[in-house]
Amino acid sequence: MKILVCISNVPDTTSKINFTEGDTKFDTSGIQFVINPNDEFGLTRAMWFKEKQGATVHVATVGEASTEPTIRKALAIGADEAIRVDAAPADGFFVARQLAEVVKNGGYDLVIAGRESIDYNGGMVPGIMAALLDMNFVNTCISLEVDGNNATAVREIDGGKEKVSTTLPLIIGGQKGLVEESDLRIPNMRGIMMARQKKLNVVPPVDATPATKETRFEKPAPKGEVKLVDADNVGELVELLHNEAKVI
Amino acid sequence: MSILVYTESEQGKFKKHALEAASYAYEVAHKLGTTVTAISFNNEENDVLGTYGVNKVLQVSDDKLKTFNAKAYAQAVSQAASKEDARVIVLSSSTDSKYMAGLLAGMLKASYAPNVVAAPESTSPLVVKRTAFSNKGFALTQMDADVSIIGVSNNAYGLKENAVDATVEAFSPELKDGAFNVKSVEVDKVVGKATIADAEIVVSAGRGMKGPENWGMIEELADVLGAATACSKPVSDLGWRPHSEHVGQTGKPVASNLYIAIGISGAIQHLAGVSASKTKVVINNDPEAPFFKAADYGIVGDAFEVVPKLIEKLKEFKAQNA
Ligand SMILES: Cc1cc2nc3c(=O)[nH]c(=O)nc-3n(C[C@H](O)[C@H](O)[C@H](O)COP(=O)(O)OP(=O)(O)OC[C@H]3O[C@@H](n4cnc5c(N)ncnc54)[C@H](O)[C@@H]3O)c2cc1C
Ligand SMILES: Nc1ncnc2c1ncn2[C@@H]1O[C@H](COP(=O)(O)O)[C@@H](O)[C@H]1O
Repeated sequence: MKILVCISNVPDTTSKINFTEGDTKFDTSGIQFVINPNDEFGLTRAMWFKEKQGATVHVATVGEASTEPTIRKALAIGADEAIRVDAAPADGFFVARQLAEVVKNGGYDLVIAGRESIDYNGGMVPGIMAALLDMNFVNTCISLEVDGNNATAVREIDGGKEKVSTTLPLIIGGQKGLVEESDLRIPNMRGIMMARQKKLNVVPPVDATPATKETRFEKPAPKGEVKLVDADNVGELVELLHNEAKVI
Repeated sequence: MSILVYTESEQGKFKKHALEAASYAYEVAHKLGTTVTAISFNNEENDVLGTYGVNKVLQVSDDKLKTFNAKAYAQAVSQAASKEDARVIVLSSSTDSKYMAGLLAGMLKASYAPNVVAAPESTSPLVVKRTAFSNKGFALTQMDADVSIIGVSNNAYGLKENAVDATVEAFSPELKDGAFNVKSVEVDKVVGKATIADAEIVVSAGRGMKGPENWGMIEELADVLGAATACSKPVSDLGWRPHSEHVGQTGKPVASNLYIAIGISGAIQHLAGVSASKTKVVINNDPEAPFFKAADYGIVGDAFEVVPKLIEKLKEFKAQNA
């Protein structure tokens, strides 16, 4: 089985978000970039397929040279090879077009992407890719088993979960649950050394027009002071929620 | 040209977020000088759609489409869009709608903006405001393709009545090969209880509860309020509560009217996922807990004392206001 894990390079979850150039650009100064958490769960599941079922695992990112530390980290965690499509990820549609090309050329059986990137929260790349490639697609995937050409997955739904069966080739939008938190790996020295020897193929983008453009950003309005209620006067909270906030 | 809205339903009843999407579609249609067409699956409550401004309903009645299937539904919606010459498609932010939206965007080579919180800033070009950076910011997204898909954030735009008489038309999409390649095997779902996705009130608890055996009072509080229960990430990692209750940046997003956080410190990743809630209440024994900076109301105190009192007061309140 040949697996491609799509890795989005995103600001660390603790990052403070600011905008520059008249609020038209995300300010990357001082930001630490990491593997998108949803993709890290997917990559870890891919490692399981590699170790238990002999799968080959490639990782791909659409990004400029500055994303290489993130992709090297994925190699250090254990991916066999990496592909970087050398272009700024203009929008979800553009990225999906690039990744679809990588999938077509690489003949992958399973493509593991994430439910969403935690930066622009598009939640669209795997779905668009699946439509462009006419591959089977399971989103918000929290469990995945593959047996030959058959796959069984569980997807999260509002209020519960749904078990589905399908066949390869398959694309998933993965998230926490695919593996346990405790299964996540921090690259060790040996992994980091080995990653240096692994192939990182840089490929040019295909021609594609983005479908959207972020024209401006805004920050949420600053929060007012919290209104404290005395622990011995809980009834006051009920009052406030009813009369002031009008939520009960 | 009309505006197409996908109206999701469950067991023959429209979801609240579907009616919210219809309300939103009406405003877009009004701005563009056109009308709203809805596509609904195995649902005959068409008058309800009229109440929220839907002019015409494409009613799909097909046993194969009894339960949601992303690809089959996306094929149907995309055919409806072509038939109606729809340049704008509106849907909600439910898990199923988001699943379908990506496929639909790929099929129609459309622009897609998820988590949209307000009526379009402009219609030519079409620019919408949506949340980004996990609620730490907003993006104004310009939609450049011929067809645009707007995913309305649940509980942000609200329900708006604009009563019209909806005409109903039977619609039989032509499902293509592979539409059912992903087959449902089993659904495991709480019924008759509020879920995090559509609850007006969410009661959430964290590691401050010390252990799973102490969740009785959290559930009781949720019961009194008709709320859904949720938890912080470590609580689900520790197995105290199911993963499906984990909210935050890497869990489920919450956009309720009221979010009550009990024994939750308010880490940035937690707040990112819940900050879209309108009113936030924190109960924590540490006055320095970061959640106090994000909340509207707070009680500094021991949850084991405060929560039972709160339940009691709420019961009294309900008895008086019944
Ligand atoms: C990549 C990444 C993603 C993450 N994603 C998420 C996410 O999506 N959601 C999420 O929740 N977290 C997430 N986290 C974890 C997050 O950083 C915090 O660790 C977590 O939110 C803390 O959970 P908590 O508040 O329940 O526990 P703690 O931080 O341990 O806080 C417990 C709180 O309970 C209070 N307390 C203790 N006893 C009592 C009492 N008797 N009465 C009242 N209060 C009491 C304490 O004062 C404290 O504030 C993520 C972390 C990372 C690194
Ligand atoms: N620039 C990118 N390079 C590679 N994969 C990406 C990129 N952007 C998004 N993805 C993949 O698509 C998923 C969903 O992203 P998005 O649609 O941007 O929210 C991510 O979790 C990644 O798996």
